[in-house]
Amino acid sequence: MVAVAPLFAEERIKARVDSLNFFYGETQALKDVNFFVPDKKVVALIGPSGCGKTTLLRCFNRMHDLYANMRSTGRIFLEPSGLDILSKKVDPIELRMKIGMVFQKPNPFPKSIFENVAYGLRIRGEKVASYIDGKVEAALRDAALWDEVKERLHSSASSLSGGQQQRLCMARSLATDPDIMLFDEPTSALDPIATARIEELIDELKSRVTIIIVTHNMQQAGRVADYTAFMYLGELVEFDRTSKIFTNPTQKLTEQYVTGCFG
Amino acid sequence: MLKRQKSFQHLREWLIEKILLLAALSSVLVTLGIVFILVLESIPFFKSVPLTNFLFDPYWTPLFSNPRYGIGSLVAGTLVTTLVALFVAIPVGSMIAIFLSEYAPAKLREWVKPALELLSAIPTVVYGYFALLVVAPFLQKVFSLIFGDPLISGFSMLSAGLVMGIMIIPYVSSLSEDAMRAVPMYLREASFALGATRFQTAIKVVVPSAFSGITAAYTLAISRAVGETMIVAIAAGMQPTLTLNPLQPASTITAFIVQVSLGDLPHGSLGYQSIFVAGLTLLVFTLSFNLFGHWLRKRFREVYA
Amino acid sequence: MSHDRSTWILRQKIYEKIFLVVSVFFLICSGLVLGALLLDLAQSGTSRISWNLFSNFPSRFPEKAGILSAWVGTLLVMLVTCLAAIPLGVAAGIYLEEYAPKNRITTLIEINISNLAGVPSIVFGLMALGIFVYKFALGQSVLTAGLTLALLILPIIIVTTREAIRAIPLSIREAAYALGATKWQVTKDHVLPYSLGGVLTGIIIAMSRAIGETAPLVTIGALTFIAFLPPSPVQTTAPFINFDWLNSPFTVLPIQMFNWVSRPDPEFHKNAAAAGLVLLIITVSMNAIAIFLRVQFRRRTRW
Repeated sequence: MVAVAPLFAEERIKARVDSLNFFYGETQALKDVNFFVPDKKVVALIGPSGCGKTTLLRCFNRMHDLYANMRSTGRIFLEPSGLDILSKKVDPIELRMKIGMVFQKPNPFPKSIFENVAYGLRIRGEKVASYIDGKVEAALRDAALWDEVKERLHSSASSLSGGQQQRLCMARSLATDPDIMLFDEPTSALDPIATARIEELIDELKSRVTIIIVTHNMQQAGRVADYTAFMYLGELVEFDRTSKIFTNPTQKLTEQYVTGCFG
Repeated sequence: MLKRQKSFQHLREWLIEKILLLAALSSVLVTLGIVFILVLESIPFFKSVPLTNFLFDPYWTPLFSNPRYGIGSLVAGTLVTTLVALFVAIPVGSMIAIFLSEYAPAKLREWVKPALELLSAIPTVVYGYFALLVVAPFLQKVFSLIFGDPLISGFSMLSAGLVMGIMIIPYVSSLSEDAMRAVPMYLREASFALGATRFQTAIKVVVPSAFSGITAAYTLAISRAVGETMIVAIAAGMQPTLTLNPLQPASTITAFIVQVSLGDLPHGSLGYQSIFVAGLTLLVFTLSFNLFGHWLRKRFREVYA
Repeated sequence: MSHDRSTWILRQKIYEKIFLVVSVFFLICSGLVLGALLLDLAQSGTSRISWNLFSNFPSRFPEKAGILSAWVGTLLVMLVTCLAAIPLGVAAGIYLEEYAPKNRITTLIEINISNLAGVPSIVFGLMALGIFVYKFALGQSVLTAGLTLALLILPIIIVTTREAIRAIPLSIREAAYALGATKWQVTKDHVLPYSLGGVLTGIIIAMSRAIGETAPLVTIGALTFIAFLPPSPVQTTAPFINFDWLNSPFTVLPIQMFNWVSRPDPEFHKNAAAAGLVLLIITVSMNAIAIFLRVQFRRRTRW
């Protein structure tokens, strides 16, 4: 049973998921998912292992296209253009230039810090050095990394700590001004201090970028997300404002999960 | 600021993919070329020489004025030299593999593995030199000491086969060792926990678990031995004699091809075609071994949980 | 009962000791054999090592016979081999790892490559004789030799390229795709640069194998006694590069050694030893460089 909150007047929608089903070969990983992603807010996807939250996240930037044997039915609409992300007519390359992703394990390229951030710009054909410099600095500032690395922009990215690497990956995505940022359990490999910094950043970023974050840490969802979607075995069980999900959920299953009856 | 002409980029991506595909298909072309030319040149041969002669005539003398074309003596030569080589390479290579995989400390392995690899990097013509000018005289001396008779002339299948075996040791040891190291530690631990020695564990647990990789190593060794040319061409003599005695000189399929190529053969003559027939026989042998090895591996492939 | 057990355990331990002694003995023996080979080559060959060896043509007189035509031939043939095999092999490796879908054509190509790796080198020579020398009328030339060796080492380059590419973790590729890179951009900007070390190692090993190959080149008709050099690829008059050398007859270092070792005169065996030393130094140092590179690259890129 799915429960979706009514739309409040002052909030706009950035994306709408409509009857989404997803199959890995014969196995169905997502079952009739419907919800919306409000503009310039943070949506958290929570649920136990195997519930499909990462699968759902990766639909947004068509990462599944890279692998064989996967198919989906249903649509994801981007607003206000009404473009269906999952349509065959949409070029995934162009889509990924509008949607950024930060992965679970920090994965900077084995290049310099500067080149990591500049890469997204270079593959779009940007050649003007001053423009690139400006964007790189802005992105590193947005990721709260600029002060720490401004003296060593051309040293290797692998010299950074885990938390710094993850912020570098954020800067890398931000440099291209995406509309939506997807975070796939971004702090699960980081220590508590680095985690706190990333959560702060997410809070600052949401005024400019719509954010969807997958997290297996309920408390994290409670800290950073405006809306939360609870998933279980491929179905979206409940989607509502975070405060409601955690204090007064409508579904029994949701209540059991957030009170820790199962993990 | 998206500066990209979408259709141009799509075209470029498509073109690049097709060019790379052509490169990959070139390998298929090579195989087709090999099979094509070997069969093409063999057909006229078999029109002149009946298959029964080819298979059962004990003499292979295509360059004589009264030529005879029985592949038996060449096959015998190949067989004996291969067996001698395997007699050396398989026990030695396997024992070294077990030692390196189950006993040797990491530091030792780091040095020994590259050193063995270097052994396989030596050009075969240098090994041929070694077989003819060092191993053969040495064997003659040893036999004279033990038996009062050198037993072998300068050319023999024994000296060639022994050196071939040495050359093949790294193939056997390296692949077998890789296969054994891939066996997960928990299988060994189960054996140790029951009170087995490391040697018992190695023989009864690790080796059977690594069976498919080890057979891959052995089939590679066999293929390599059968296809070896220069060592036998230099050290085994070039007279095709139908004998199974390794103390005798003999010619192998491969050595025969070299011998003919060194001379002058008019294109299209029966002698010219005979080397292609020899090559076809060789190809049939090595491909059969490869297929057999492949089938063995599939049948016994282990999947570790 | 416990007496039986302790004798059993003792017996097992004795077996183990025997095994260890024998296998270490074998290891040492292999080393000794290598040493004996080197010693003999050095003993026989050093008398011939001199500047003359490298600057003389072969001759009827062993003291005067040199490897000039042989090493020049090896150089020219390897030039052709590299130009043919490296682009073809690396491109094929990239295709199979990055682009190939899992269908029957791909399986066919992969089976093919592993079969080719097991085909004896002399069969490549036969193919080259029938097809390159006669059907394509390229003659018994440097070009034919280079192409033959290129096809011979192609599987090695393809396999090592694939292994080098496979070592690159998936998450790096995903990060690049997530930024909107196309497949070629990911290949060009990430896959190729990060796999360079492994690819280079494979190329060096393949080339060292090609340098030592004798049988296929004898089959296509490399000469064993030539007293002239192929025409030079570069010249002082316009257009400064000529291609006549591709059509020239030739010999290579291993064939020269083969020729000398096959003669009954023991004086020529000394020449053979000298040529063998040169060959050994070339091939062993190339392999050593490759192994060194492999260790270096493995140390430098930590994923």
